[in-house]
Amino acid sequence: MLEVKNLSKSFGERVILDKVNLTVKDGEILSIVGPSGAGKTTLLRCITGLETADAGQFLIDGQPFDPQGTAESDRVIGVVFQDYNLFPNLSVMENITLAPIMVLKKSKDQAERDARGLLDELGLSTKGDLYPWQLSGGQKQRVAIARALAMNPKILCYDEPTSALDPAMRKEVARIILDLKKEGMTQLVVTHDFDFADEIADDILRVKAIDQPQDVAAEE
Amino acid sequence: MHYVTEILPSLLQGAGLTLQIFFWTLILSLPLGILVSLGLMSKIRPLKWVLEIYVWLMRGTPLLLQLIFVFYGLPIVGIVFQRYDAALVAFVLNYAAYFAEIFRGGFQAIDEGQFEAARVLRLSYWQTLRKIVIPQVVKIVIPSIGNEVINLVKDSSLVYVIGLGDLLRAGNVATSRDVTLVPLLLVALIYLILVGICTLVLRKVEQRYSYFK
Repeated sequence: MLEVKNLSKSFGERVILDKVNLTVKDGEILSIVGPSGAGKTTLLRCITGLETADAGQFLIDGQPFDPQGTAESDRVIGVVFQDYNLFPNLSVMENITLAPIMVLKKSKDQAERDARGLLDELGLSTKGDLYPWQLSGGQKQRVAIARALAMNPKILCYDEPTSALDPAMRKEVARIILDLKKEGMTQLVVTHDFDFADEIADDILRVKAIDQPQDVAAEE
Repeated sequence: MHYVTEILPSLLQGAGLTLQIFFWTLILSLPLGILVSLGLMSKIRPLKWVLEIYVWLMRGTPLLLQLIFVFYGLPIVGIVFQRYDAALVAFVLNYAAYFAEIFRGGFQAIDEGQFEAARVLRLSYWQTLRKIVIPQVVKIVIPSIGNEVINLVKDSSLVYVIGLGDLLRAGNVATSRDVTLVPLLLVALIYLILVGICTLVLRKVEQRYSYFK
């Protein structure tokens, strides 16, 4: 279970997040929805450690963790980026096994065996030797999911997973997310797509832009 | 034809010096250029300023002048180089500055998302550089580096100014002695062959990096 308590974040004068609380229960899917500029992405970036929160507490299974920490107990979050951010110079297999080998200190054999398991599960079993430029958008996204899962996260976060996909692929990623749920994965999905959120989420958190003290256009 | 075989040995001897300067400058200035580029992007302000001034000096004055200063100027403050060493010092310092700017551009062309992906996977800074960033930077900079490499083949002729006998100088000597342009034609031919080889090698290197986009 992931709990975020009283998370606040400002950029200069501009308050983006003001004492946000959220809970994602084990094996469930929480969807964070809201219009552009409401701070969804900032919220996700704080949880994943890409942005430093001004205040707030992060708990996983009741234990506090530091999203920016490098200790084993801090390595609990996996991220699937909006534009996937695969490493173009590495093959699909290398994309997935790089961090398990270098960070988790797995042997290459072990890392590749585990990666093959993930690739099979995600319908990519023949794609291991390809490079990111040889993949379709949906395939890239599944590689990004496999890369995140290879680090055994306790919770998997998605930033706008449907933004670059056509309707058929949108169904496909919904199916993948629900399949992972069946396997017990806890997931957090940030999206502006209300229908998609309705389809997959157990719980929905709606965020809206905070009225600014000055007249600052909300943009993101 | 007889004349050609007569002057060819002295031209080839000059070409030998040209090649020596070429290879040593490349071997030394490429790594130095990478280090300087990292310094130029550093958050340590004084380091950045010093390197920016260095790059400005090197790119802002003619290489010919730098050669003269290194060989004739530095002895005034007690630093004495042999002719050949002075040439190398000037070339390495000059080319490292150009390479540093090229590498800096390469590093800055890498998408921020690459660093973020590496960070959430908990890769360290050096792991990220080594496995993800540098291979992509190298691919980006190869064409620009190639340009400089080809320039270097020809720039090396500037060493005549401190009295070193390179290819062009050997040709000049023969031309003024024998009052004919034939030696200079041969010199041009040898430069063309050298640059041709460089071009082929650079193409191979580019192909080696064509497996990703």
